[in-house]
Amino acid sequence: MPINWTIDGVKDALAAKKISARELLADFYKRIEAKNLQLNAYLALTPDRARRQADSIDNLVAAGKALPPLAGVPVAIKDVISTRGTKTTCGSKILENYIPPYDATAVERLEAAGAVILGKTNCDEFAMGSSNENSAYGPVKNPLAPDRVPGGSSGGSAAVVAAGLAVASLGTDTGGSIRQPGSFCGIPAMMGSYGRVSRYGLIAFASSLDRIGPFATKVRDVAAILQTIAGRDAHDSTSTTVPVPDYGAELAKPLKRPRLGIPKEYFAEGMDAGVRQKIEAGIAVFKKLGCELVEIRMPHTDYAIATYYIIATAEASSNLARYDGVRYGLRVPDDSLLAMYRKTRGAGFGPEVKRRIVLGTYVLSAGYYDAYYLKGQKVRALIAQDFRDAFTKVDAILTPTSPVPPFKLGERASDPLQMYLADIYTVTGSLAGVPGISVPCGKIDGKLPVGLQVFGPPFGEARVLQLAHAFEQAGGPEV
Amino acid sequence: MKISREDVLRVAELAYLDLNESELETYCAQIDEILEYIGKLNELDTAKVEPMAQVFADDQSADATLREDLVVPCAVAEDVMQHAPDPEAPYFRVPKVIER
Repeated sequence: MPINWTIDGVKDALAAKKISARELLADFYKRIEAKNLQLNAYLALTPDRARRQADSIDNLVAAGKALPPLAGVPVAIKDVISTRGTKTTCGSKILENYIPPYDATAVERLEAAGAVILGKTNCDEFAMGSSNENSAYGPVKNPLAPDRVPGGSSGGSAAVVAAGLAVASLGTDTGGSIRQPGSFCGIPAMMGSYGRVSRYGLIAFASSLDRIGPFATKVRDVAAILQTIAGRDAHDSTSTTVPVPDYGAELAKPLKRPRLGIPKEYFAEGMDAGVRQKIEAGIAVFKKLGCELVEIRMPHTDYAIATYYIIATAEASSNLARYDGVRYGLRVPDDSLLAMYRKTRGAGFGPEVKRRIVLGTYVLSAGYYDAYYLKGQKVRALIAQDFRDAFTKVDAILTPTSPVPPFKLGERASDPLQMYLADIYTVTGSLAGVPGISVPCGKIDGKLPVGLQVFGPPFGEARVLQLAHAFEQAGGPEV
Repeated sequence: MKISREDVLRVAELAYLDLNESELETYCAQIDEILEYIGKLNELDTAKVEPMAQVFADDQSADATLREDLVVPCAVAEDVMQHAPDPEAPYFRVPKVIER
């Protein structure tokens, strides 16, 4: 049986009765059983739920009925996204036994479109990290280079797709947590505009930045998953009514000589030489496709990391205040209520989460709010303005996804600031709210994957997908 | 020094977060380094810049995001109580808060 399934491949095989949804599911679980011990990418599997869904798809096939767009497609869900009746731990000890009483809207929509949910994927604790080493349940290994990290925080969601243990998956992106692991695992990975996908059921890290988005092996499948989960949801007031175009139809359209911006600031010092060489080769592919390349300036880029780590930690310190041991999750008992809070949080949160709660509380505290939090919000406005200015001159922006290729497990774990600095190319788009995709752009020495990032204007997902698809078709992933 | 040991202690207290001696020491040094780095934002004159708290799409006027205040069924109480650390339905039990 093949490993490299695509969404259309699954649908065609089901429709032609070459395989049943149950057989396909069993095959995926067999492979997961064989490989997951080494990869540590799945934290939990949901076989009962998956079989029920597979059976309902097989019943549709047997009855000769039309199949929904994701019929029988095995997918995985990052463990910060709520799944009814299945543990959702956020990679944290504090939620080790937490079972949500409802499904996230994105999960509900995937299942309604016929997808089969295989299980929950490992991630950095509360999505805080760039290497997946901050999970309370151990790091994920990169399936392309097992001594290296898969990226983070959605490392498990990237690894399962790259290893053929799911056809597609959902991750979340707050400062690069979809795009960077996509880059590290050599697969396309996308965050839509802020507000494009409902956050209902996504356990909050930084609410003004958090977004749910897809991983798959081809841009076409990324588009199909985004199509399914995008659109207004009454349960999330920040989800918008902006219409969702037919992304698949947009992919088929020829490029009309788009103008692509190359921001000078993203190609300054600090980029690995191997990454630079691949990105330059990738940009040449766009040139060959007839795109016009324009050098642009985004002068506040250098301030994005500082801004991001003020805003993200401030919002996190507020969002994570809910973990107090009263209503759900871990409780460390004590005779006094306040001591119970302190002990529960002290024992339940891991080092990176505690660090960010302390930093976030500090930047919001009396006497420091103006100097840090307010300043951060103002610089965020300047970074967003950089993007608005750029999109008056160009249709999309090309950058590397990460300044470095996948690094070795443990190599960067001891220095938080160095780890934060590696998010430089992704946090900008997070702060501005624009859509971005990372698409595979060659491998250094044929081994370590590089990702090229395409940013589009707000709600320009179709354009971003179309460019990434054209790049993929033109051999971009093999440069 | 941007942040002292006492600052970290005070902040941990605000956040109801128990930190042990070695955590205190590590976080103090690391957060000091991070704040030092964040200080680069002071290179920018932002006196006339409006702070940005949220990304809003064009359709997100109050009219578009507000809804009728209707009662809708939400039958999750039983599930929630079942998985609570110390439930006594319909209550969550906590240590005594008020001394008589």
